[in-house]
Amino acid sequence: MTLLIETLIQGISLGSIYALIALGYTMVYGIAKMLNFAHGDVIMVGAYTIYTTISLAHFPGWLGVLTSVVFCSVLGIVIEFLAYKPLRGAPSLNVLITAIGISYLLQNLALLIFGGQQEDVPNTGINVPSLDLGFVVVEGKVIFTIVLTVVLMIALTLFINKTKMGKAMRAVSEDKDAARLMGINVNRTISLTFAIGSALAAFASLCYGMNYTYIKPTTGSMPGIKAFTAAVFGGIGSIPGAMLGGFGIGILEKLSQAYITPIFGEITDVIVFGVLIIMLVVRPTGLLGKKIREKV
Amino acid sequence: MKNMLSKINRKDALTLGVLVAMFLVFFVVLSTGMASNQLKNMIIPMSYYILLAISLNLMVGVLGELSLGHAGFMSVGAYVGCYVAVTLVEKYPSMPLAAYLPIAMVIGGLAAAAFGVIIGIPALRVKGDYLAIVTLAFGEIVRTLVQNMSVFGGALGLDTGDIRPKNTALTLLPFTAAVVILSAILIMNLVRSKHGRSIMAIRDNRIAAEACGINVNFYKVAVFGISAFFAGVAGVLYGHNFTIIKPETFGFNMSIEILVMVVLGGMGSNMLGSVVAAVVLTVLPEILRDFQDYRMLIYSVMLVLIMLFTSAPAFAGIRERLSLGFIKEKLTAKKKAKKKSKEGDGA
Amino acid sequence: MSNRNTIISANGTEMFSPPSNVLIPTRDEGKQPVLDVRGLGIDFGGLRAVDEFTITVGPTEIAGLIGPNGAGKTTVFNLLTNVYKPTRGAILLDGHPTAGKTVAQVNRMGIARTFQNIRLFDQMTVLDNVRVGMGNNIHCNFAESFLRLPRHFKAEKRSTERALELLSIFNMESEAYTLAGNLPYGAQRRLEIIRALATEPKVLLLDEPAAGMNPSETVALMESIRSIRDTFGIAIMLIEHDMNLVMGVCEGIAVLNFGKLIAKGTPDQIKNNEAVIEAYLGRQEKKEA
Repeated sequence: MTLLIETLIQGISLGSIYALIALGYTMVYGIAKMLNFAHGDVIMVGAYTIYTTISLAHFPGWLGVLTSVVFCSVLGIVIEFLAYKPLRGAPSLNVLITAIGISYLLQNLALLIFGGQQEDVPNTGINVPSLDLGFVVVEGKVIFTIVLTVVLMIALTLFINKTKMGKAMRAVSEDKDAARLMGINVNRTISLTFAIGSALAAFASLCYGMNYTYIKPTTGSMPGIKAFTAAVFGGIGSIPGAMLGGFGIGILEKLSQAYITPIFGEITDVIVFGVLIIMLVVRPTGLLGKKIREKV
Repeated sequence: MKNMLSKINRKDALTLGVLVAMFLVFFVVLSTGMASNQLKNMIIPMSYYILLAISLNLMVGVLGELSLGHAGFMSVGAYVGCYVAVTLVEKYPSMPLAAYLPIAMVIGGLAAAAFGVIIGIPALRVKGDYLAIVTLAFGEIVRTLVQNMSVFGGALGLDTGDIRPKNTALTLLPFTAAVVILSAILIMNLVRSKHGRSIMAIRDNRIAAEACGINVNFYKVAVFGISAFFAGVAGVLYGHNFTIIKPETFGFNMSIEILVMVVLGGMGSNMLGSVVAAVVLTVLPEILRDFQDYRMLIYSVMLVLIMLFTSAPAFAGIRERLSLGFIKEKLTAKKKAKKKSKEGDGA
Repeated sequence: MSNRNTIISANGTEMFSPPSNVLIPTRDEGKQPVLDVRGLGIDFGGLRAVDEFTITVGPTEIAGLIGPNGAGKTTVFNLLTNVYKPTRGAILLDGHPTAGKTVAQVNRMGIARTFQNIRLFDQMTVLDNVRVGMGNNIHCNFAESFLRLPRHFKAEKRSTERALELLSIFNMESEAYTLAGNLPYGAQRRLEIIRALATEPKVLLLDEPAAGMNPSETVALMESIRSIRDTFGIAIMLIEHDMNLVMGVCEGIAVLNFGKLIAKGTPDQIKNNEAVIEAYLGRQEKKEA
């Protein structure tokens, strides 16, 4: 029983990270109708920014984190401007290949700058005391991860539903041309979406660093792909779906590690990707996604 | 009309000519001992990369579906085919390469094709970006499963030392040449046929293709199977060229490397580009050893730039001006104008 | 009120009287209709996009389907070709029901179509576009193509010859090796028709064939629609907004409004039909009448 509760808590913690990343995928997909394959690598960039600013440049922890968030947002905007914007209207196959190219570019730039070895994640100075519930102890970093994720999600939901910019984002994702005719600056809205998605990825990298303690150039790709799985699971384009999917995949992964790995070996990835394939085949729109009828 | 038919064949003939010439050169340099060790080690990889690139081009360039799991199909072929070969050699130690290699290739290829069909059928319900992700997930699943299968040596890998021939490159070359050339012929035959046209029609406009009586599902699954088959054969070649096959070799990175070859060579019905790109991208990093660190970086930049150049709407004008068709059109327009003026003179 | 009997009552209970064969031209009388559609309907969510669509088309008839924007005309085409699965009703093609068939199977049974927004195989040559359509009737299997067995060459030769023949009927043989995507607009529309004809249909559905054409092109199109019917001996059903074309070429016309048939008849009957005029121009003041 204790194992189950511990596993669930770990799953929610991991799921929080996935959810933060999945939000980036789902927002960009909703607005630009493209799969931003490089999104996972933005997490890696965020983690390396924290490493560079705090470990190498000895910034105070909060400033390091802030720099990381700002840097990732700018990076998101730059990527969109240089690589994706010129391809608007091109076949989705070509856009996806470009996104894969960007993903590789980021990984290999990091490899060139920092080398292939692991780097320790610095202490950001964020210290949350552990919580002893009697039957189980919840670690501080887990509490921090979950609380941060919940706060960011609430903020995002409020932003999208209550602000003018948020409404513009929803309008663009519904119908780009109509939104343009209504006087919405579509380019700026898309840039903003990439910036917000990337900023969330930077927060995800903070949580990831606290939980996994080391980083390397390929750090972002696996969580990236799993988070994409989460976004698809929840229904791509749907923000609550991304949150739901993130927690779902996180818990699934931890449950599998706790209960299946001891019997069948390290096949967690098989289960997670198996779920992805089954989900895509059985219900391509995900749990909360909208069904789109193809126009003939 | 005849002129045009022979012209289409000419493209394929050129591809074949290049392949034959290439293998002849390989044979000469290897048998005369002219080849440096470096070149020797590159010849077989070059060949299986050619096979991988043209089979992926069938999928991406001709059918128009992005596969990010080509290395997964290759690994199925490599593991199953080489396992068969290892077992055969264990049982009948005197069995010659000429006997077990073809058997391994056929079985490895069929195993990969079976996986191709298995992943192809659910993939029918999934389109575009999602399909790419399904193939990616498939590649990762295969890799993880193999890592946990003790039959295949698990994470340590499958020992293929016993089936790898001595003087590897020269001994494998005739088989490799035969397989690559035969595969290229088969794939090009398919592309330039009724079925090839149907597949390209699906790529260009699925809805119109259906309305023209094309069984889209059948062709998609068929291309998955065929493309996977040849990737599997390439995997068997790979296994015979090294003393061990490890699951992590066939990761996402390798799928991307093959994809870069296809994109660089030009996606579409002409396979020559894929062949040349496969050769160049295998040779270049070996020649520029110091460049090794930059290899994937350059690949990624290349991918992005090629994509931007070939498909950004903003560059459409430049593309048109650079295309051969445009130049030809201009030339024929001039000729026509001359003809007309001559006719005018005559009258 | 002379045309009262061709108007359908709003509640849809008293269906077409006189019987729906009013659309079949005299030369097709007594023959089995090539298309016999009964009570066809589809719902999108709660919306009845098409309801109680009943029509018969003679084997060599040119029929028109008209109606204001959003009336559900293209939806009818999508139903006839099984792109959409009907919620209600049945379609008989030459007496055979098409229910449960795939889009491709329906095409092979004999319904070919063009699209409102042109759908060509852009990266393929004009010739290959037409040859794709020939796939239904020129056979060679995978093995024969892979190994280039004699049947492959026979199939290639036959499909090329017949495609060129078709192209020459429409004066497009000189464009045979142009990429379809590079053709001018009008030629693209023509190529779509040729490609549809290549599948050897019994019924050809044309979705706004004159869209974007100038008056002289439209006149030429009218001629070629008639000559397609005469040359190939098939039925043609077209959706069109150009009333000159519809009235000039169609023998029977069905009018759709808000997913329902509001009138059926000859061009003259339709021209004077009050319900049709109302659908197009809005309700007239009662006082004036």
